[in-house]
Amino acid sequence: MDLAKKFKAPEKFIEVSSYNFLPFRFSRFDSRYLLTNEVGEYLFLSNEQFLAFTRHKLKYSEAIYLDLKCKHFLIDSDSDVSIDLLSLKLRTKYQAIKQFTSLHLFVVSLRCDYSCPYCQVSRISENKTQFDMTEETALLGLDFVFKSPSGAIKIEFQGGESLLNFELIRFIVEEASSRNKVEKRDLVFVIATNLSFIDNDVLHFCSEHNIFISTSLDGPQDLHDKNRPRPDKNGYDLTVNGIRNVQRSLGVDKVSALMTTTESSLSRVRDIIDEYISHGFDSIFLRPLSPYGFAVKTKSIHKYNAQRWLDFYKEGMEYIFELNRNGIPFREEYSSIILKKILTPFNPGYVDLQSPAGVAISAIVFNYDGDVYASDESRMLAEMGDKEFKLGSLNNDSYEEIMTSEKILSLLSETMTEGMPMCTDCVFMNYCGSDPVYHYATQKDIIGHKSRSGFCEKNMGVFKYLLGILGEDASRANTLRGWV
Amino acid sequence: MITLSTKKGIVRNTTENEPFVIRASTNKNLPLILRKKEVFLVHEDQNNIPIGFKAYAFFDCAPNVPSEHENIYVLPSDLDHLGDGDVLRIDPNTGSVRVLYRRLSKHNSFLTTERCNSFCLMCSQPPRKINDDYLIDEILAAIPLIDRGTGEIGLSGGEPTLLGDRFFELVKSFKNFLPETSLHILTNGRLFEEVKNAEKISEINHHDLMLGIPLYSDISNIHDFVVQADGAYDETIRGILNLKAYDVRVEIRVVIHNQTYERLPQLANFIARNLTFVDHVAFMGLEMMGFTKTNLNVLWVDPIKYQDKLEAAVTGLDRAGIRVSIYNHQLCLLKPSLYPFSVKSISDWKNEYISECDGCLRKEECGGFFTSAAMKYSDHITPFTS
Repeated sequence: MDLAKKFKAPEKFIEVSSYNFLPFRFSRFDSRYLLTNEVGEYLFLSNEQFLAFTRHKLKYSEAIYLDLKCKHFLIDSDSDVSIDLLSLKLRTKYQAIKQFTSLHLFVVSLRCDYSCPYCQVSRISENKTQFDMTEETALLGLDFVFKSPSGAIKIEFQGGESLLNFELIRFIVEEASSRNKVEKRDLVFVIATNLSFIDNDVLHFCSEHNIFISTSLDGPQDLHDKNRPRPDKNGYDLTVNGIRNVQRSLGVDKVSALMTTTESSLSRVRDIIDEYISHGFDSIFLRPLSPYGFAVKTKSIHKYNAQRWLDFYKEGMEYIFELNRNGIPFREEYSSIILKKILTPFNPGYVDLQSPAGVAISAIVFNYDGDVYASDESRMLAEMGDKEFKLGSLNNDSYEEIMTSEKILSLLSETMTEGMPMCTDCVFMNYCGSDPVYHYATQKDIIGHKSRSGFCEKNMGVFKYLLGILGEDASRANTLRGWV
Repeated sequence: MITLSTKKGIVRNTTENEPFVIRASTNKNLPLILRKKEVFLVHEDQNNIPIGFKAYAFFDCAPNVPSEHENIYVLPSDLDHLGDGDVLRIDPNTGSVRVLYRRLSKHNSFLTTERCNSFCLMCSQPPRKINDDYLIDEILAAIPLIDRGTGEIGLSGGEPTLLGDRFFELVKSFKNFLPETSLHILTNGRLFEEVKNAEKISEINHHDLMLGIPLYSDISNIHDFVVQADGAYDETIRGILNLKAYDVRVEIRVVIHNQTYERLPQLANFIARNLTFVDHVAFMGLEMMGFTKTNLNVLWVDPIKYQDKLEAAVTGLDRAGIRVSIYNHQLCLLKPSLYPFSVKSISDWKNEYISECDGCLRKEECGGFFTSAAMKYSDHITPFTS
């Protein structure tokens, strides 16, 4: 190097005799090794590189040494600011826990006009008002909501069919908004509804209070109506008309749709995605069937396993890549959540991928009768007669009693993946999380044995798929990077 | 960047002994009480010169300089661009005049010191180990004279924070006398490794402050080599963390050259993951000034060669939600995807275009031509003709 005399050569600035490892996990990944660390950084190493790295034989001048150093897999005597940066990233990742409960679900009615076989709460005919939440219970629920220290509060109305008790929704929204004049939280409302009963009154109210609508759309007409039978056989028409209506009166950003995967969906992923595009959605959440409620009762959970869902997911993803290549920006939501964990220092706060589990501390459920559950899935389990995850009742227990109950504390301390058998050594641990309700429902144990866990198999498959693309396919990786 | 221009002139009838900082005026109707504090610029009408100004400036193109006024300074004609509200430093002993501030310029910058604790390979203002404390006295004297409508003032060095408490005094003075003006300070950030320094600047509570801090690599020893200071990387990173902990706005500046371009995507990724809270990242082309000329063979890389890396870096930061810009790059060398990030040339001086630019239709948008660029430039300059 031809530097002027008063300048020192690059070698003068390197004081490296050896390096040490910073905490990381690793696993074989096809012919390479995958390394991940506590804050979600990842790196692929060849066999030779991995051996050289672990035997302390890498030279500071090698490109892979520099990559390991800047991603904080190794530390050398030249710089120790990486410890400060790792702590900063760890703090950032766990920030969500400090925020505490944000999502509060009010089950305003168990009644429903549909009879979906996969329904996760028992269906009750439309006229039994004893399955509606009362104003008294709702007020107790709101007391609970505003005890949460979270600056952002989301109140979601669930059913049954929530709009069958629209009067209570109106009551809760008005009451919460009025309390919020003093509380000044970032308050958001969502109505989860099948859109059968959305009318101008409801739309006007939603517009006035900036309420979001979340609905179910399982695919094209034949599939939707098969998955979600309505006695009048007009479920699909009601849903898509409703979507169009909400888009027109509230805005395209005010309505989102969720799909549930069933046996019949597995061969139809392109049709399902096309259905979403045709209604102007720019993303889809390819969800697996959850093992609760009727899904377990009717044995439909056993009709397909995680591997078949993964094939479905990957076929969908390939189609989504094709759409993006052809100039139609479209995302898959579950992948987006995981990509955020892989590609950014932030935790997207998705309830099912948290450690400790998101139960109660990120989302909590108030059932129609005042019972408090750890998650939406917990009350589904309860509707099948197993109240394992009932935390208490709004009618008898205070916020403090419920949130510091032994049940919650032990749920949280037992669901830290950092200490869970098999999870603690897993290279994907930092992208994953705990779902105690799933494992309890399938294995009668909140942790469960991971080799028999559908949750584990599904998530590992998604992690491998996404990381494989990020590691070797520049064009598709570029699409994925645009999703976070 | 504006450089200090010292111009020597002729002095007549002086009553002053010490150099002074003064605001220029062309206003013949200025109230008498204010005239005592200003220097009147005599541009053309020499027959009707108002009385009572502290000094009078003539330009040496003027045919006759009247002798009835005190404190007459005859300035070289290339200063005849001076106008109302400009701030000058005048030395009555030598007649030399330095322009400290120009009201109509959008890019006023003060050199705070020539001393520095780094010694960057491409420094445009090579540091000198001298006592130049008088510089800060002059700036402090100039601040109250600066027009309150000024959009932005820059501070550069050397390393301004080496001035210690006088640096904080300076920032405070800008805040108090120019409550609507933003302040941009170029610093290597190393001294903000001391938490108390971050606390001090934060406590000033300046209304619109940005610290521009260079970071040349995600790798400690590469950054240290570029700034020729061992340990600087750790100090700068800690400085940035401390500043952000105290909620001070920080811009990261990356000068791209042959020693820094190879790991641009990794550097961007490092910033996106570790320093996500910075307020701006600027990728800068090499300016042919100072040490850059000395080390040109070590530093020069044709911008064509690093376009893919620059694109990956800029896209990565943009996706991470970090504001990102490209400075000092000729538009025709950038990939089209980078055009939206390119900031057009910010020179006050006459832009010099090389013959390769003849016929280019996008000169006005070009971010790359300043006085020094003609010295060394890419082989791939191509005019936009449609």
